[in-house]
Amino acid sequence: MSRPILEVSGLSMRFGGLLAVNGVGLSVNEKQVVSMIGPNGAGKTTVFNCLTGFYQPTSGNIRLDGEQIEGLPGHKIARKGVVRTFQNVRLFKEMTAVENLLVAQHRHLNTNFFAGLLKTPAFRRSEREAMDYAAHWLEQVNLTDFANRPAGTLAYGQQRRLEIARCMMTRPRILMLDEPAAGLNPRETENLKALIGLLRDQHNVTVLLIEHDMKLVMSISDHIYVINQGTPLANGRPEQIRDNPDVIKAYLGEA
Amino acid sequence: MITKNLKTAFFSALLVMAVAYPVLGLKLTTVGIKLEVQGASPAMLWTIVGCAIAMFFWQLLRGQLSSVLAQVPSLPSMPGKASDFLTRPATQRWVILGLVMVALAWPFFGSRGAVDIATLILIYVMLGLGLNIVVGLAGLLDLGYVAFYAVGAYSYALLAHYFGWSFWICLPIAGLMSATFGFLLGFPVLRLRGDYLAIVTLGFGEIIRILLNNLTWLTGGPNGIGSIPKPSLFGLSFDRRAEEGMQTFHEYFGVAYASINKVIFLYLIALVLVLLTLFVINRLLRMPLGRAWEALREDEIACRALGMNPTIIKLSAFTLGACFAGFAGSFFAARQGLVSPQSFTFIESAIILAIVVLGGMGSQLGIILAAIVMILLPELAREFNEYRMLMFGALMVLMMIWRPQGLLPMQRPHLELKQ
Repeated sequence: MSRPILEVSGLSMRFGGLLAVNGVGLSVNEKQVVSMIGPNGAGKTTVFNCLTGFYQPTSGNIRLDGEQIEGLPGHKIARKGVVRTFQNVRLFKEMTAVENLLVAQHRHLNTNFFAGLLKTPAFRRSEREAMDYAAHWLEQVNLTDFANRPAGTLAYGQQRRLEIARCMMTRPRILMLDEPAAGLNPRETENLKALIGLLRDQHNVTVLLIEHDMKLVMSISDHIYVINQGTPLANGRPEQIRDNPDVIKAYLGEA
Repeated sequence: MITKNLKTAFFSALLVMAVAYPVLGLKLTTVGIKLEVQGASPAMLWTIVGCAIAMFFWQLLRGQLSSVLAQVPSLPSMPGKASDFLTRPATQRWVILGLVMVALAWPFFGSRGAVDIATLILIYVMLGLGLNIVVGLAGLLDLGYVAFYAVGAYSYALLAHYFGWSFWICLPIAGLMSATFGFLLGFPVLRLRGDYLAIVTLGFGEIIRILLNNLTWLTGGPNGIGSIPKPSLFGLSFDRRAEEGMQTFHEYFGVAYASINKVIFLYLIALVLVLLTLFVINRLLRMPLGRAWEALREDEIACRALGMNPTIIKLSAFTLGACFAGFAGSFFAARQGLVSPQSFTFIESAIILAIVVLGGMGSQLGIILAAIVMILLPELAREFNEYRMLMFGALMVLMMIWRPQGLLPMQRPHLELKQ
């Protein structure tokens, strides 16, 4: 049994009179794929936004490896190794694919102003390493041929893959994917599933997933949380969730 | 249809008269110590009426006329291929190299006046390149850029006035001072976005000017600070007679004194400063910082999700941009020998911003060309001095129709993955 890396308890988010998230708790174990499912508008993305610091949660506890991270600004949480993708792809469209990956390594690069100005050997080495790392991940997501194309001109599925590769550039511990399979065709979804498996098994990344594609969720998740109208409805292993009458009711309505 | 056209035509004609009559039809003349309003010559009035009638018919028959005009190619638009070729980084680099060659040869062939104007152009090139970092690369609209220019100029002027420090010591200090001001302003301000940022920077520009105007005990108020020393060449002065302990250039080299030497020397300093600026910005574009600016301009939220601190990145752009304005400012002070708050009004900010926009956001060659156009045009057309603002306006409107992306917009140097 691996140890929990992310523990969330009593997470609530209130927008004025609307309680969008109410008392959600999560416990995510290291090197697992954990999914969050629920009908549209259930508050899944709001939970993501709270976890990654884009919203300040109204109340609740978020612990990353035992360290409290709620209330920290987004970029600080990202630096602790919690990195996310977005429901609508947010690439730097004018920049080429490989440049997207270089930007994401900003924190790991030699950003010394004078080193860059004078092109010192250390600066060159750091740039070359960044390029190599980017090339490595372009190959992993099968985009090497498109490395020098502006990201905005790539096909939708390719953009999705590039976004995941861009997250990997920051050497994350937890990768949070917000509906990564939305808009993908069945074959692309298969590739995505393989990629997520690869991330977990070979790169030791914990994946937190929001997804509506039940086939994907059921086949890849180690654990599933169901959220309905901002409140936790159920959680368990995929087969437990599949047979849970409450979940079926929430998705299909009362019989 | 026709009645609608008739209405538009009538009001357009009325508008022409309403605008043109007060501007052209009335004249203010000084009689003794009083101003008198006089009507213009009948010829002028008839011209206005003629214009109004022309406008009436133009609006009335616009539909028919424009179909005729469509066959005549109007403004020659640049063919796509040529435009692509001109905006390629490699091409632009060669053109810039050519321009630098011309600039190096310029003072030895041009007249004194020509060198003087060229120096002024170089100052604006430097300012344009500096503002370009903020507006073009980082995408932050700064309407108070002139404040940093003023800080640089006054840094040198004050240090020279009170402590007698030389230009070469003050140049880096002025850059640092402006950078510090940029940093201090940036900290609270950069959480604002777009229009709000523009307004705050606009206010900051005015605050600096008004401060300089009112701190009379320190800055001399509206009179400014005069007799700022000119830069020297390794201790050699370019004056006819050197101060004590200094030698003059013409004595040292045993040439006859010529006042143009001083002008040429100033020009060469400006050129070196511009080249330095060009070099730094060129490197910046290829550094992680430059990439971060561009990424931030495109998507701030994505940047944050990747662990980049947007405030720090914006602040670096703001500070660096201000630093170049400081260099330009101290050089300006040295060249003029006099600084006063009148040199740092909002219109200066507007001109610098116009240079950046006209040249094409982010493009260095574009900014150089735009600076030449913007500074040279008013100098060449001295007799149209009253209509200078009108010409600026017309130029802007034409640019927006013809090339909304600017003269030579930038194609960024892309980093390529070699396979």
